[in-house]
Amino acid sequence: MSASAVARSAGPAPWVAWVASARAWLFLGLLILGFEIWAEVADGATFIGNVLNIRSIAVFAVAPLLLAIGQTFVIISGGIDLSVGFTMGLASVTVSHVTNVITPVYGTAIGLVAGMAAGIAVSIVPGLVNGFLIAQLRVPPFIGTLGMYGVARGVAYLLAGGTTVPVDNDALSWIGNGTIGGVPVVVILTVLALLVLHYMLSQSKFGQYTYAIGGNRAAAVRAGINVRGTTMRLYVLSAVCAAVGGILYAGRFSAGAAQAGEPLLLDSIAAVVIGGASLFGGSGTVVGTLIGALIVAVIQYGLVFINVEPFWQFVAVGVVIIISVLVDQAQRKGGRVDE
Amino acid sequence: MSERAKPLLEARGMTKKFGGVLALDRVDFSVNAGEVVALAGDNGAGKSTLIKIISGVFPSDSGELRYGGERVSFANPHDARDRGIETIYQDLALADNLDVGANVFLGREPMTRLFGIVPVIDRRRMREEAAKTLDTLDIGLDRLDRPVRALSGGQRQCVAIGRALHWHAKVLIMDEPTAALGVPEQRKVVSLIQSLKARGVGIIFISHNLQDIFAVADRITVLRRGVNAGMRNTAETNPDEVVRLMVG
Repeated sequence: MSASAVARSAGPAPWVAWVASARAWLFLGLLILGFEIWAEVADGATFIGNVLNIRSIAVFAVAPLLLAIGQTFVIISGGIDLSVGFTMGLASVTVSHVTNVITPVYGTAIGLVAGMAAGIAVSIVPGLVNGFLIAQLRVPPFIGTLGMYGVARGVAYLLAGGTTVPVDNDALSWIGNGTIGGVPVVVILTVLALLVLHYMLSQSKFGQYTYAIGGNRAAAVRAGINVRGTTMRLYVLSAVCAAVGGILYAGRFSAGAAQAGEPLLLDSIAAVVIGGASLFGGSGTVVGTLIGALIVAVIQYGLVFINVEPFWQFVAVGVVIIISVLVDQAQRKGGRVDE
Repeated sequence: MSERAKPLLEARGMTKKFGGVLALDRVDFSVNAGEVVALAGDNGAGKSTLIKIISGVFPSDSGELRYGGERVSFANPHDARDRGIETIYQDLALADNLDVGANVFLGREPMTRLFGIVPVIDRRRMREEAAKTLDTLDIGLDRLDRPVRALSGGQRQCVAIGRALHWHAKVLIMDEPTAALGVPEQRKVVSLIQSLKARGVGIIFISHNLQDIFAVADRITVLRRGVNAGMRNTAETNPDEVVRLMVG
């Protein structure tokens, strides 16, 4: 009888709740501090005081971050999108092909616009298929998007002829490598995308329904929310974010490659989870994911900077993911009222 | 009750078959404004079938449903909700990760404009109006900006009821509203039902708990294997008689 009263008093300890809510910031701060001390002691150099390092980390974080932001929406809704990496590759290959065909005929500007439009358009297909499978046919997201992982991978390699596709367009490579006032264009574009998506998630009905679906799908249905339509849009959004990543990749390396996003899938999920989202759905923020992506980038760049064998990156990112999930679980267990 | 009011909601001759099984056989049921009618019966008596017809989940095979004196048929639960028939389910009511205001307004969020341009969800208005509604029901929650996960089962039930009322429910269907609650919280829900009654809401109360039924209901309609087993005014009956009606 008094079960509910007992459960109520057993909330998470205040320090657990605080650490859980601030965990991403804490990780980031500790990492930067750690690398700074290491660099000072070992090499007498500064890590974070060097603008070059900051810029490199920012550029490094761009692609995983773009995938991670779309992934954030999907994970908040209680799903997951495993196909983002190869959707990014597919988009980068498509951008390269279309830009190469259009540019000699219609010029640089139209070639760029056509290439980008084609890259985004092609990504909508896997997004729609994922959404249809998950929203209409109720296929578990893990399985549906795993299938699309394979399909996008195969199609991307087929389109690329099994190799990388060089692209020649000055405007595209300016987007990938240019700077405005010393800030890389890719970083500026990504910040703009972040602002728009942060607004969508935190202030729009679409964002609110994303949280509601992840929190209690049945309640969302009963409240009259178009759960299927919202789910469709979530997976299309995720695919379009990946396509933007593919466009920036094609610009940066002047080439499209099927495997462009292959290593980024796990980094993107890591960024979301480290940033405080729960894989059970219902929680997460764009700002959290930004911090998560920066943590992954700082680990990867920092380890190279202090001359540690690069393979330690995988170990370090893996450990941080596990710690994040443990903190999340400790906080949930405490926060549950009934069960 | 001096004069017999015209029923707010009336079901006559409700019949529903599932395959070869006759789930409801010419069942009559009614509820007046400001009245609590308990729907009692053993498992399989047809309580939830009747409720699902009234709340628009599926139509009856035959029989007529009258609401506010008019003959109605609901295409789906949203249709019924839009006309003021709200159902409160034990577990499916709230999104645990959203705060009280967001839950009260779920699916019907008010918008405002940031700097006069950018449309944003008006969270302050949601919180203030939710607080106002909960206050009129005398539901005291210290903080409305936390996820409802942090609330007790009874408080969540109150939020769900508050939401129904905020959207001007005229008929409230409550499916086992006290089932998972501790005793003090059951009392709170029971007193909440009394105050809804005073506001003229017609309440259909489904419960296995005869004590709760006798505490809140004006009338008790008993179903047994899909047929009306009897209808009693609570003041003129006792638990033993109701149990006899239930088991036959």
